[in-house]
Amino acid sequence: MTGGGRRAGLALRLVSVLVGGFLVAPVFVVVPLGFTDKDSFEFPPSGWSLRYHVRFFTDPAWVEPLLTSLAVAVMVTLTATATGTLAAFAITRLCRGRAALQGLLLAPMIVPNVVVALAIYAAFLSWGLVGTVEGLVLAHAVLALPFVVITVGASLRTLDVRLERAAASLGASPFATFRRITLPLIAPGVMSGAVFAFVTSFDEAVISLYLQSPHLRTLPVQMFTSVSSDVDPTIAAGSTVILVVTTALILLPDFVKRRTS
Amino acid sequence: MLVSSTPAAPTPPVERSRWRTGGRHGVLLAVPAVGLLGAVFLVPVAGLVWTSFADPALGLANYRELFTDGVSVVVVLRTLRMATIVTLVTLVLAYPYAYLMTVVGPRARSVMVALVLLPFWTSLLARTFAWIVLLQDNGPVNDLLTAVGLGPLELAGTEAGVTIGMTQVLLPFMTLPLYGTLRTIDRRLIDAALVLGARPLTAFRRVYLPLSMPGVVAGAVMVYILALGFYVTPAMLGSPGESMVSQLMTVRITQLLDFGGGGALATVLFLLTLLLLAVVSRFGSVGAALGMAPRGDR
Repeated sequence: MTGGGRRAGLALRLVSVLVGGFLVAPVFVVVPLGFTDKDSFEFPPSGWSLRYHVRFFTDPAWVEPLLTSLAVAVMVTLTATATGTLAAFAITRLCRGRAALQGLLLAPMIVPNVVVALAIYAAFLSWGLVGTVEGLVLAHAVLALPFVVITVGASLRTLDVRLERAAASLGASPFATFRRITLPLIAPGVMSGAVFAFVTSFDEAVISLYLQSPHLRTLPVQMFTSVSSDVDPTIAAGSTVILVVTTALILLPDFVKRRTS
Repeated sequence: MLVSSTPAAPTPPVERSRWRTGGRHGVLLAVPAVGLLGAVFLVPVAGLVWTSFADPALGLANYRELFTDGVSVVVVLRTLRMATIVTLVTLVLAYPYAYLMTVVGPRARSVMVALVLLPFWTSLLARTFAWIVLLQDNGPVNDLLTAVGLGPLELAGTEAGVTIGMTQVLLPFMTLPLYGTLRTIDRRLIDAALVLGARPLTAFRRVYLPLSMPGVVAGAVMVYILALGFYVTPAMLGSPGESMVSQLMTVRITQLLDFGGGGALATVLFLLTLLLLAVVSRFGSVGAALGMAPRGDR
């Protein structure tokens, strides 16, 4: 390489380091700020304490939204994973109408999020679902569904159908074939779909903002409200906890895969 | 992906009816999902669009209002401008980064992938909050700017601040599709161009850049669509005086209960998105970017 080429390589590396720093900068702000001992967003913090982590897990203003978010996310995971897995089967095994069905199931990803959110809010107002857990679960499940369809669909496409046929020819009933052969083989796909569904619901803010009531708030809504109303570093402590939980969840399928294989 | 890459053997026609669950029964499996989407997505979205033509009176009054109220058009244009800026900035930042990902060794690459994925997993609220801290008047960014002699600048509550925050949030959506395309480009084509006497810049412009276009288009569409509908980041980092379409819609619907007016804005935003997808789908690859690859070829 010429000298010019080397200079270009160096510039490329420098730009990439800056971009990398830009990508992770928020994480390096949020985590230390959760351990501040000041009642401010001063950064970097000048003194350290655990009091905001303690408050996050003890103050009802934060604990209740956390529990609501967890409960909603678990129900969304079950709903979206079950319906999405079945739908992925229909798409991969169905010969006609596949494209239309797939387009419909992935449509929530294409329509701008805020349009979906306000449409659901308007509809739920007249159906009496605003401010209910059921409403939150239904709305989040719609957003999570495409992720399950994509991940399970990807597993199903690589599944060797001859294995199912072999089981069937050896006398297994369709249900036994599904439970003993198909399901274990697509389990990694189903599991990543479930993780995506959980994270989608747990992190969803827009629809949750519209569907909230004074008695029902998810964690992102509480964080949004806390930022707009006062200076409270508890949001940083909460963010750290969420970061750790989400990362652990996302690494989980990989970990399970490595253990089982 | 994980189990076996052996393609399924062509199925004999007799067994097809039994084993490709095809025909009438297979489609039943999609009923729960379609029911859920129908009730909680299709009916509400169609309802909101219908409301824009029917509330308070049947006709185009809401759309006439939208063009004449002096606010909506300004906000729509601002949203389009912001989305364009954010798309261009993410492209300029992601391109060299994604390129470097294709040429470094495996260990450096996995670090670079992790740096892209980490913000992907971090709560949107947490990241936006971090930008509030970073961009505040006496925050780290302004300290840095002052130290270099460029600042302090007013970043919190301005369009510049919103742009920075949105760029950071949307950068992974540009980087990942771009990397997916760039790594499939055969580098020998560049070498061939250089050997044949092209200057490096010409080789990039005439050979590498055209080959990378599918990734550029896929990433740009994703970022643009997401940016058009952004709500949380502009609401937290921006100022009410410089709101985006999403905020205007929210005010109309949740505070003024003007479902017709909000619905008209939503319809315009929706149509803009569809138009964009229609234009870009001529380049192909949008479907692939959104995970719609028709066959198991990913």
